[in-house]
Amino acid sequence: MRHACLALLLTFWAALASAFEIEESRSYPAPGSPELRILSTADADVFEPIIKAFQALHPISITYDVASSAQVMQALYDEEAGYDLAISSAMDLQTKLANDGLAQRYSSDATTALPPWAKWRDQIFAFTQEPAVLVLNADAFKDLPLPKNRAGLIALLRDHPQVFDGRIGTYDVRVSGLGYLFATQDSRNTESFWRLTEVMGRLNTRLYCCSGEMIDAVARGELALAYNVLGSYAQARLADTPGIVIVEMDDFVSVMLRTALIPQTAQAPQAAGLMIDFLASMRNRPDLVAATGLPPVVNGAGADESVIRPIRLGPGLLVFLDRLRRDTFLRSWVSSIEQN
Amino acid sequence: MTAARAPSSIRRRLVVQLALVAALLSVVFFLALRVVAERATEATQDNILAASATSIADAVYTDAGVVRVEIPYSALSMLGTVSEDRVFYHVILDGETLTGYEDLPVPETRGAGRDPRFATTLYRGDTVRAVVVRRTLNADRIHRVEVVVAQTRLGLAAISSRITTTATAIGVVFFLAATALSTFAAQNALAPLSRLAEAVRRRGPRDLRPVTAETPTELTPLVGGLNGFIARLRAALTRSEDLIVEAAHRVRTPLATVRTQAEMVHLQMEKPENRAALRQMIRAVDESSRSAGQLLDHAMVTLRSDQLETEEIDPADLLRDAVDRLSPTADLKDIAIALDLPDATLRVRGDAILLQNAVRNILDNAIKYSPADTQITVRLVPGATCRLEVCDQGRGFVVEDVARMPERFSRGSNVEDVVGSGLGLTIVRDVAEAHGGALDITPNTGGPGACVTLVLPCS
Repeated sequence: MRHACLALLLTFWAALASAFEIEESRSYPAPGSPELRILSTADADVFEPIIKAFQALHPISITYDVASSAQVMQALYDEEAGYDLAISSAMDLQTKLANDGLAQRYSSDATTALPPWAKWRDQIFAFTQEPAVLVLNADAFKDLPLPKNRAGLIALLRDHPQVFDGRIGTYDVRVSGLGYLFATQDSRNTESFWRLTEVMGRLNTRLYCCSGEMIDAVARGELALAYNVLGSYAQARLADTPGIVIVEMDDFVSVMLRTALIPQTAQAPQAAGLMIDFLASMRNRPDLVAATGLPPVVNGAGADESVIRPIRLGPGLLVFLDRLRRDTFLRSWVSSIEQN
Repeated sequence: MTAARAPSSIRRRLVVQLALVAALLSVVFFLALRVVAERATEATQDNILAASATSIADAVYTDAGVVRVEIPYSALSMLGTVSEDRVFYHVILDGETLTGYEDLPVPETRGAGRDPRFATTLYRGDTVRAVVVRRTLNADRIHRVEVVVAQTRLGLAAISSRITTTATAIGVVFFLAATALSTFAAQNALAPLSRLAEAVRRRGPRDLRPVTAETPTELTPLVGGLNGFIARLRAALTRSEDLIVEAAHRVRTPLATVRTQAEMVHLQMEKPENRAALRQMIRAVDESSRSAGQLLDHAMVTLRSDQLETEEIDPADLLRDAVDRLSPTADLKDIAIALDLPDATLRVRGDAILLQNAVRNILDNAIKYSPADTQITVRLVPGATCRLEVCDQGRGFVVEDVARMPERFSRGSNVEDVVGSGLGLTIVRDVAEAHGGALDITPNTGGPGACVTLVLPCS
């Protein structure tokens, strides 16, 4: 029986694996050659200003394909698709690619200038640092104190179930790689994570695939709060979305690093290196930071290390990719979050 | 200094040999440091690997009869803290992969038990250090669990290259310091030899005292031999000087008797040819007696030069005294002696007897070689050095003779008709040199003849 299931799964997997899914593909022709092919998890709209600015400096044709982080992994790990640069918010998957020898080394003045926590093995380079935040609906919190940390949040949820029942949102970590990354880092950083998940489960928490939808739901008032939302997205929406409040916890803030790497199969590694240099020095282009809403890596951002914790690149990230570990974590999480 | 320039130098040999030893020690030191340090870093990596594998093995559990493992975050993250090496793991249950990298091989090492086993192998194109930790798990039946953790050796290579750099730097510094010290040590060890060589080199030509400088025991036989040699030489010289003194004495006394007798006979002779023969005889006796006197003088000068009895002397007194003594002889030949002395009193440090002897010999020579009815000028010229000049109007010197004139028994080529010993100027030269001065022979600028000058340092 079990083998039959496995066979079925494998067949299904093989069918899927025959081609990874690209959500969107854009082409930016330029006179220069060779063509730089980028596979990325960032929306094409978000990334377009960067590509335009890059092409102003280096007239190189660029193809920009958008895929989910799992698809990026599949394309590079299983299919060895021909891309020159992989940009992903899934730090764990990027780390696995580098650890398993599927990334090329690259070093330049720009990458040397990066802080040590923003690169690994000269193969993975971070160019943004995006915190996980709490997004609140201002109306819902009219009469309530703003939670400052996770213990405070737990107390608040317990004390006011009538306000929060069915009005809490968070990532469905089974679906979202980023949600899984944030949740696992939470579980590692604090004991209160599982209590919080329990409490959220009792209050019929709604699960989402993406930060954008959670922010929308909070803005509409469907949700009173959303936990572990990507801060950069919330910040970008703050101006045109009235009624939302962003809270950074003061016990700790997990910071996701958006990273780039050059796959082993790259055919234009020089062009990819130029793009990495460009991304690594984004802090010198406030116009691009404003246009994309992507907070650049800044030296000294890890100064307040007790609270702001950039997720550490390195073999530690492989732990939560372990099949058994993932199974165990998801089982615990599901049993906590789905109680009804 | 002399030793370093010599074709075969003890110091160079010492330095080269010590430098070779230092180089050898540096290399040994370098290798030892590298081996020890690399063992230590390898042991460190092994320890971390073992800790990682052990913590994974400890996280294996059974859940409703199913064996599972929950890999601790720290198990892999600890491997990432030291270096940025790639990390692989493989958990095997009863020979089947439970989780991890399925193709990661189990290190093939002998032995069993719970101790971690290590091996260095090739995996995914990189050299990895792998560890296996074995556990048995007692669920419904006994399960065998193997945990393999492997790490590439990039960090190790980086540490190793740092160690190599440091070890090289230390080795080079050690070598340079040792070489510098050995140069210094060689110099120091050879210093007594140089001192001895210098002491012997600095000796005057007639200094035959034994070497008394303090010498290390290694040089004692050499110095002993040298002193024995000097003693023999000194004895031989003394013997010959004694012989000369003795001979001169023995000759002079009978000659005086012969001269007195001859003069008495001369007074009694009536025939002019007989008187002429006797006068010649008397002259010959005089010359012989003078030669014997000069031999005595020379022997005395040689002896006294070794140990000068110096005192402050007015050179004017010397000249005055010599002129007084030899005026009668000069008068016999109708030679006038003009004494030209400066007003100021000069001072010379020296042995009075030797200096008198020298001045007398110069003046005696001048009188002897001056024709009758001429003038001799005796002059004292002050200056940086005191010049005691005696100028005659005689036949002068042949230029080619001047250089060899002061040699013993050497005489001018134009004086064969005059009887002489060839010792006069030798005595003067020896005295001058014993006093740190010189003998100057120049032609007389004011006419015929020559000037003989005793140059002495003024005090």
